[in-house]
Amino acid sequence: MAENVTFHFDVDGENFTSAGEASVLVKKKLRQLGLSPEVIRRVSIAMYEGEINMVIHADGGTADVTVTDDEVIIVLADRGPGIPDISLAMQEGYSTARDNIRALGFGAGMGLPNMKKYTDSMEIETELGVGTTITMKVSCKDA
Amino acid sequence: MKIGQIKELLDAELLCGEEYLDHDVFSACCSDMMSDVLAYVKDQGVLLTGLVNPQVIRTADMMDMVCIVFVRSKVPTEEMVALAKEFGIVVMKSRYRAYEACGHLYTAGLVPAPEEK
Repeated sequence: MAENVTFHFDVDGENFTSAGEASVLVKKKLRQLGLSPEVIRRVSIAMYEGEINMVIHADGGTADVTVTDDEVIIVLADRGPGIPDISLAMQEGYSTARDNIRALGFGAGMGLPNMKKYTDSMEIETELGVGTTITMKVSCKDA
Repeated sequence: MKIGQIKELLDAELLCGEEYLDHDVFSACCSDMMSDVLAYVKDQGVLLTGLVNPQVIRTADMMDMVCIVFVRSKVPTEEMVALAKEFGIVVMKSRYRAYEACGHLYTAGLVPAPEEK
């Protein structure tokens, strides 16, 4: 790839029905760029989980994806309430999602652990009352 | 197992994807929690669920699944079927409950794939 390719999306926090649209588009774009199916799958799942989280917990935000020769970088930024205890939030099964979200098939406390599992690195910057930015990287070289 | 065989085993009504009935699938999973599907599932071709919302279709797309069966005669919306068509995913609905539907497919040889490590 001669130059890095970037995508920017505004994630609508009002509409659970449309949540995940950005991830679907990114998956299509990565296919067009010819990335390997395993890399595409890992990026898609991690971004989709993050996008759903932004809609459930933070009234939406922005998603920026950069594709370089070596890796795919996903930056999800929101102006939500922030995460009070990151280590607790990273525990499988821990969730603050309301019952109405569980009824929609999410909120099992697997979002953040899953994002970490499917990416090569994940960094969380969060400030209570200000928002959260999550940066995830997936190597383009299959493990 | 051919997707068409799943349709027969579950006495299901096809809602979209007739052109893919000849495709082979090798495993399936059943859940109403899309979080669990995203967390534990790998190389599963078929999703059986009683959950009806567009995230079911998007979750299946993210996981590269090729067939969704709505159990307990749950009816997906037109918007969901349109989304599945766009993704090339077969959608059908069956009168069977999840437990029975899984039993029919498992007995016929469609097993779960190993969990994602």
